[in-house]
Parts: sequence; C-alpha cells; structure tokens
Amino acid sequence: MARRSYELSPALAGLLALALAACGARDPDPNLVRFWAFGREGEMVRELVPEFERRHPGVRVEVQQVPWTAAHEKLLTAHVGNATPDVAQLGNTWVPEFVALEALAPLDVRLAVSRAVARADYFAGAWDSNVVDGVTWGVPWYVDTRVLFYRTDLVAASGAPWPPRTWAEWRQAMARIKQRGGAERYAILLPVDEWDKPVLLGLQAGAALLDAEGRRGAFRDRRFRRAMVFYTDLFAAGLAPPVTSSGIANLYQQFAEGYFAMVVTGPWNLGEFRNRLPADMQQRWATAPLPAPDASAGYPGVSLAGGASLVLFRHAAEHDAAWRLVEFLSAPAQQARFYALTGDLPSRRSAWARTDLDADPRAAAFREQLGALASLPKVPESEQIVARVAEAVEQVVRGSRTLDEALAALDADVDRMLEKRRWLLEKKAGEARP
Amino acid sequence: MSAVPRESTGTPKEARAAWWLLAPALGAIVLFFALPVVAGLLLSFSDFDLYAIADPRNARFVGLGNYARLLRDPLFWKALGNTFLLVAVGGPLTLAVALGGALLVNSRLARLRGLYRTIFFAPVVTTLVAVAVVWRALYHPRFGLFNQILGLFGVPEIDWLGHPRWAMFAIVLLSVWRSFGYCLVILVAGLQAIPETLYEAARLDGASWWHQLRHVTLPLLRPTLVFAGVITTVGFFQLFAEPYVMTRGGPLNATLSIALLMYQQGFRWWNMGHAAAIAFTLFALILATSALQVGLRRREARR
Repeated sequence: MARRSYELSPALAGLLALALAACGARDPDPNLVRFWAFGREGEMVRELVPEFERRHPGVRVEVQQVPWTAAHEKLLTAHVGNATPDVAQLGNTWVPEFVALEALAPLDVRLAVSRAVARADYFAGAWDSNVVDGVTWGVPWYVDTRVLFYRTDLVAASGAPWPPRTWAEWRQAMARIKQRGGAERYAILLPVDEWDKPVLLGLQAGAALLDAEGRRGAFRDRRFRRAMVFYTDLFAAGLAPPVTSSGIANLYQQFAEGYFAMVVTGPWNLGEFRNRLPADMQQRWATAPLPAPDASAGYPGVSLAGGASLVLFRHAAEHDAAWRLVEFLSAPAQQARFYALTGDLPSRRSAWARTDLDADPRAAAFREQLGALASLPKVPESEQIVARVAEAVEQVVRGSRTLDEALAALDADVDRMLEKRRWLLEKKAGEARP
Repeated sequence: MSAVPRESTGTPKEARAAWWLLAPALGAIVLFFALPVVAGLLLSFSDFDLYAIADPRNARFVGLGNYARLLRDPLFWKALGNTFLLVAVGGPLTLAVALGGALLVNSRLARLRGLYRTIFFAPVVTTLVAVAVVWRALYHPRFGLFNQILGLFGVPEIDWLGHPRWAMFAIVLLSVWRSFGYCLVILVAGLQAIPETLYEAARLDGASWWHQLRHVTLPLLRPTLVFAGVITTVGFFQLFAEPYVMTRGGPLNATLSIALLMYQQGFRWWNMGHAAAIAFTLFALILATSALQVGLRRREARR
C-alpha cells in the first residue's frame, strides 16, 4: 500500500521535466540520423538500415525502438526537453497534435523536388491525413484501416446476399445470422468501449464530427445521429453482445467457436487470423470492405485512415541525410521489403505490386477500402474527443442515457475541450487584423 | 555517544557544521520535492496544456478556474464518488481481513505461521502487471474461476470487469487482496507487543477467547489499528495502478479513481493545469481525512 505513492513518481518526474524545460541547443551532425520507430516497426526497420548506409557512405543511422504504449508520452517529453530525434514514425492521428506543438518540419518544399516520393502513387486518404491547414507534415509509411472480417460458412448458411453493400443489407444479413445462431451466438462483435466503429459509421453517414474550423462539437447533427441509431440498435436487437474489449479473452478462439460471425478490424489481423485460428477454420474466413449507408453513397463506405507516417522534426528541417532516409524508406522496393518483415500494408500502390498482396483475396478488401478513407477532424484534441464519443455511445448501449441526452452531453463536453482552441483561433484572428 | 541528555543546540560552529552536513539532503529535498510541489501548485492556477508546451504565451492564468471547473465536472464527481466508495468499502475490509490474518498468524494454536505470513505478504510484493493477468483470467465472464464456482450454486454469469455495477467490486476485491498483507505485518507487530501476562491474567479470571479479544487485544492494539487505518485510507485514496491495469477506469468510468483521472488529464490529454488542480484537491482530501482519523484517536485517548 505504501509503495503506491512511488508508482506515481513518473507523473512527478514529468512535471519536473516540464518545469525544467530548458532550451539547450545542440549541434547537429549532418552525417548522423537519429530515427525513432515504435514497437515491431522499430525492431524490423533495423533490417533496412544497412542498405541505406551502404548507399550513403559516411551517413550513420541510429535507430531507437520505443514501445508503442510509451511512444506518445516519450515524443512529447522529448519535444519539451528539446531531445526529439531527426526522423520519427508518427501515428497519423497524432500529426495535428505535433503540428500544434510546432514540433514538425513542413515538407512541401522538399516534396516539390523529390523524385522518390510521388504523391500520386499514394492512397489519397492516407496522404491527406498528413495535411493540416494545407501544409504537408508527413509521408505515409504504411497504412492501416478497418474492414469486415467474417466467417464464410456462417454467412453462407444464413443465405443473405453477400458482401453487403448498404447498411440495410448488412443489418439484414446480421439478423439472419443471429436467427440461425441462437441466444449464445452473435452476428457481430463491436466492443462497446472502442471508439473506432461508432466514429467510422458517423463518418460514413457524412458527419463531420466538429463544425467548420473545429470550434465546437457537431454530434447532434442528424447524420451522426442516424449512424448512432444504426449502431446502438445492433445491441438493442441482440445482434452484437454488449461486451467490452477486456471481456473478450481470446478473439480468435471465440471467432472460431462461432461466438460472433463478423468483426470490424485492421490489417494486423490478416496475419493473426492465419496464425491463430485452428487449421480447419482457415478456409472459413474472409474479408470484405465496409458497407455504405445507402446505395447512393457509393461502395465501399469510408473507413478510418490509420497507419503511420515518417516525419522530420523541426530542428532537422535542413538535415539532408534525414530527408534522404525518409525518401529511402518510401521507395516502393523498401516498402515491399518492410511489408515482408512486418506485414504492414504499404502506403504506395506500386509497392503492392511488388508483394504477394495483390494475389491475396483477403488483402483485396483492404486495397478496395484504402480507396475510401476518411480522417478524424485535424485538431489536436481529436483523440480526446473520440474517446469521449465511445463513452457517450456506451451509455446509450447500456441504457443509462437516451441517445439524444448522450449526444447533447457529448457536444457540451467537446465544446469544453475545444475552449482553448477557440481562444487561440480568436487570438490569431485578432493578431492578423491590422 | 553518551547517555547523558545534552543541550540540543551546540556551539555556533557545530550548528554551522550541522547545516553543511544536512545541505546535500536538504538540497535534494528542495530540488526533488519542494520545487515540484510549488511548480505543481502554480500549474494548478494556469491552463497549461499542449498548446502551452508549443508556446508558453498560450498559457493563461486562470486563478481558481481549474478548481471551479472541477466542481462543475460530472466526471470529477464520478471519480470522487468512486474514490470514496473505494475508501469506505476497501479500507475497513482491508483492516478486517488483515486483523483476522494477524490473529491467525499470531495465534499459538496455528501451525506453519511462517508459511501463512509469507502467503499473506506475497501479494504485496508481487508485480501488479503479473497479478493483473491472473486476476483478469479469474474474472473472465465465461471461463473465469469465480464464475465457475458461482455457477456451481446456480448463480448466472457475471461480467466482473465489463459491467459498471460489478467492476468496482472487482477492483475493491483485488485491492484488498493486494494490500491487506502490508497491514497484517504491522498488526502482527502490534499484537506481539501485547504482554502475554495480560492474557494469563484474563484467563485466570475466566475470560473466553472472545472476551480476551474485546477487552485485551483490541484496546491495546488501537494505536496500531489507527496507524494501519490511516495508511490504508491514504492508499485507497491514491488507488491508481489497479484500475489502470485492469479496466483503464471503465466500463463507463465505473472504476475511475481520482488518481487515475489525474493521470488521464495530465499524461493522456496533457491538460497539466487541470491535472495539477486534481492533484491538490486529492491532497487536501487526504490531509483532511488523516487529520480527522488522528484527531478522533486523540480525543479518545484523552477520555
């Protein structure tokens, strides 16, 4: 019990770091590139570095691997302590935040003359997630989005038209699967504490989540409300179990058991499903792009633009070797090698052609989905906002609030989160006026 | 060293030497304790956040604004309610379990006392992350041990960590299990300080085990119990790691403690000013509660 106070000491250390944030200039070594990458990517990118160093004699790359769970905090404290690397991998939902911190170097000038990084070759939605206020701050390294993973046998047995192209078809297929499965089996798994599904349904329905300029929440918008009616009704109708992600002990085992027939998840699960599902299950799962709200909305419906980008930190804006590393890692051949090492989907179409991805029917759904991506609102508060969305929707699913109450409370909370942003926008507007 | 009591103040020269000797420790305390506390207090009067990290001019002095906002924040009240629940249920429960364990370990009748002591103390020193993995398995709604045992008696499946009604109970249970061993060791020490002669006298007077407990053990153990109570209360007020690793404060913030709220505001969303205000509110609460406990004890002692 007494030791508990020590467990908070990182918090104190962080406060201290902020308090002591001193400005220490460091002399950059033009031949040393300090590169931070996270988790498995950080481990695997080391395999690519020797080739870069061979092509650029004299340049040395120092790769530091940071665990994903610590990545965000570590980058922020590094920024405060003036100890950011030259190049880093950055989750693309973090880009607006680091732009607001003025931590990144704009890349447009370099991109204009770069032959190695060709914007047209990238999935447009992934590229767009790196553009804030018209300026490009990162180059997509690998991409990530959500599609539908499903049990082919359960879907076929239900006799529903497949793949569903609209919400109505999707809902109908789920109802049929549930009807055959009985009380203990569900059509779809949507862990109620996760924000990505409700948010992407809202984006599909055309909701912007925030108003223009991101000054206030726009969750009472009729389009968002429509998506939430669709989403929460899946629980009310018993098509999805009201479980949290911690209530799923083993996703793969429960998928194989038929506890649920569909799940909306990302590309890392292509490998996981192959490795973790039993052998007799291997021919019984497939993937499909997400349905759209209506036939008129175009197929597939949008999904979230995830993945990670390569960024230059501000102090490395003039660091040519650092930029050459970004170019090197962006080359289709290196992206293909990186895919072979990590299973991360390449961000460039020409890199896909160099892999076995085009021949894999399960990856085809991702390829199709990557043509229809949407980003979260590009404000630094967006992660906090979407976490709050998950809370609001969970309240509705659990019946502790009606949908309209929950959305009104959500808008009020989001407005409070954006108060500082409104103040800054007004301050900026005041300064711009003569 | 002489046993004769000396004047506490030495010669001026000695006093100077004493300051020099104390300086390194005092310096460390000022640098690593006083300074951060003062900085934290100042921080709590500002809206220091992510934007202010980019440019300090983006920080505003908001006076007591953060505290006023806290009082209006339903999430804060939720966390406060949760924390009081933790303290009110977890604290007495921990003491009760620890007292029971201490009596058992101290009992002349029990064998293998050393073994019991080790078993009871083991949770205190086990890494919480490892504990969390095991307890999550125990709490699993479909395959967990708890539900399987309850299932034998026909109790329907309980989603321990996933349902707002049960999650707090699950966290309390885990916290009690994890912390009673520490109290137990303190209480055992207290028990051993009670002279055996008192029990002998009580037995001669024909006192039963229950009477010995009520009229000998508990009164003499009271100072130790108050100490263990304060420690436990403070611990439960600061409860952070258990909900952090087990539920992240969910479901529906049912297990969000004040310390966890502070962490989320500070290091997840970087609202440092807001987080600092939470920290000082928590400090005031703990101070008030501890003062109350110690005050009650003093008043009782005077009677």
